[in-house]
Amino acid sequence: MNINQQFIAFKTIVTKEILRFARIWLQTIVPPVITTGLYFVIFGQLIGSQLSNIAGYSYMDYIVPGIILMAIINNSYANVVASFYMSKFSHFIEEMLVSPMPNYLILSGYVIGGVARGLTVGLVVAIVSTFFSDINVHSYFILFAVVILTAILFSLGGFINAIYANSFDDISIIPTFVLIPLTYLGGIFYSIDMLPAFWQTVSLVNPILYMVNAMRYGMLGVSDIELTTAFSIIILFVVVLFSFCLYLLNSGKGIRS
Amino acid sequence: MTNALEIQDLHKTYKNGVQALRGIHLEVKQGDFFALLGPNGAGKSTAIGIISSLVNKSSGKVKIFGHDLDHELEKAKSFIGLVPQEFNFNQFEPTVEIVVNQAGYYGINRKVAYQRAEKYLKQLGLWEKRFVIGRELSGGMKRRLMIARALVHEPRMLILDEPTAGVDIEIRRSMWKFLKEINEQGTTIILTTHYLEEAETLCKNIAIISDGIVIENTGMQALLSKLHVETFVLNTEESLQDKLQGWGNDSSSECKVKQVDDITFEVEISRKYSFNNLFIELDKRNINISSLRSKSNRLEELFVHLIEEGSL
Repeated sequence: MNINQQFIAFKTIVTKEILRFARIWLQTIVPPVITTGLYFVIFGQLIGSQLSNIAGYSYMDYIVPGIILMAIINNSYANVVASFYMSKFSHFIEEMLVSPMPNYLILSGYVIGGVARGLTVGLVVAIVSTFFSDINVHSYFILFAVVILTAILFSLGGFINAIYANSFDDISIIPTFVLIPLTYLGGIFYSIDMLPAFWQTVSLVNPILYMVNAMRYGMLGVSDIELTTAFSIIILFVVVLFSFCLYLLNSGKGIRS
Repeated sequence: MTNALEIQDLHKTYKNGVQALRGIHLEVKQGDFFALLGPNGAGKSTAIGIISSLVNKSSGKVKIFGHDLDHELEKAKSFIGLVPQEFNFNQFEPTVEIVVNQAGYYGINRKVAYQRAEKYLKQLGLWEKRFVIGRELSGGMKRRLMIARALVHEPRMLILDEPTAGVDIEIRRSMWKFLKEINEQGTTIILTTHYLEEAETLCKNIAIISDGIVIENTGMQALLSKLHVETFVLNTEESLQDKLQGWGNDSSSECKVKQVDDITFEVEISRKYSFNNLFIELDKRNINISSLRSKSNRLEELFVHLIEEGSL
């Protein structure tokens, strides 16, 4: 396939993926907006109003970046894991596998689909947050960089989950038992400075901590983590997961017998 | 001329230890209409899966129009259109989108893709259903949709794995006509089917796989000419009573006769035996025949013989 043909193939997957989640917007866009809206009301307004400032920001302002990022993480992941697993389960992944499309294009197409949903939900949640908080963005460049890299990373995570999944249960186990705990323990609702020394050290092995803090820096200009460390870790994860996904696709794991 | 398909010493052992293919060799010429037959579990779908790169081979060589799957996978795949046995499209997408998206995966731009989708959906009688989602199509329509999808990138070789399974006779015959036409236009076709009449009607060459090996690979006519005996069922206008007595009871006879009921009997005729002698005998015995038919399809008789006994 020449470059033009590859671009058409890539565009086909991305368009298909975006149409897929857009068609079922009531299941894909609305629920995360309601959930995060409740976070703003309960944690931000009701409980947050009783708490003192953190790093010079009200509790509501402090948690907004993390909540937006949490929506992006969950939706990027959910989009790819559900879409790729369905295509595997119903065998229509074979439509792509029999075509001359290189594997990196298949992977990129699904990842960009996940990123699109993550960013769409993230944008809507950000709009909702303006009803509760009045945040000025500290650095648009850092904000966009962390949002896009995080969406890519969790889209890749969803892809790996879908490849290994053998049943619908398998696509909900990782989000329930791994993703949600890591997200909640990733410093969305607190600063790790508030933790005892031991748990501060333990928190450093949680990759979501680096993303939340980089996001918080982009929006508020404060972070528990050095920005270069945070970006280095995010980029390293993206490279490692992308390579691993490609290896799985090339070996045919879970999709070729 | 390069062969459309060349398979050398192809082996496949699944992780559970099942040996699906045990060293098959095959050659399919360009423009051929080739039948790949065999009982359930013989290895046909595994072979097709390997050719279309949906199944990883254990060892062996596969070349598509001279392009080795191991070294020129993308090029080799670009020549193939696959119609699998199971429905493998997104059941929630409209018919036309399924075809157009498939074209997209081959790098065909949207405008050309829609033109081709229209052409093939019209030829296969599905254009009126273009906005209907996959799950709402009938079984026959789904099969035709998969053919349209496989043709949208205009492949040089079309592989059909039981394309007419569960399809009514009228649609089956219209599909035969369509497949014959595209074969006449130069597309090489490889067909697996359990309807042996279909293989006999359409195919020029044939391979029979049994237990993971090719047990017969020849021209259709050459294979049919190997049929030593053929059995016919005859119905009479009136009761046979004892009119068959003493006819064809001898085991060495070239014409063996077996009464089925009062007005029906079967005649097993050797290739050496002249039909004229049969009619003379019927006339001599004053038997008036109301109908005559072959007991089974000729290829079916050969197939059963080959599978059960391994040779003719």
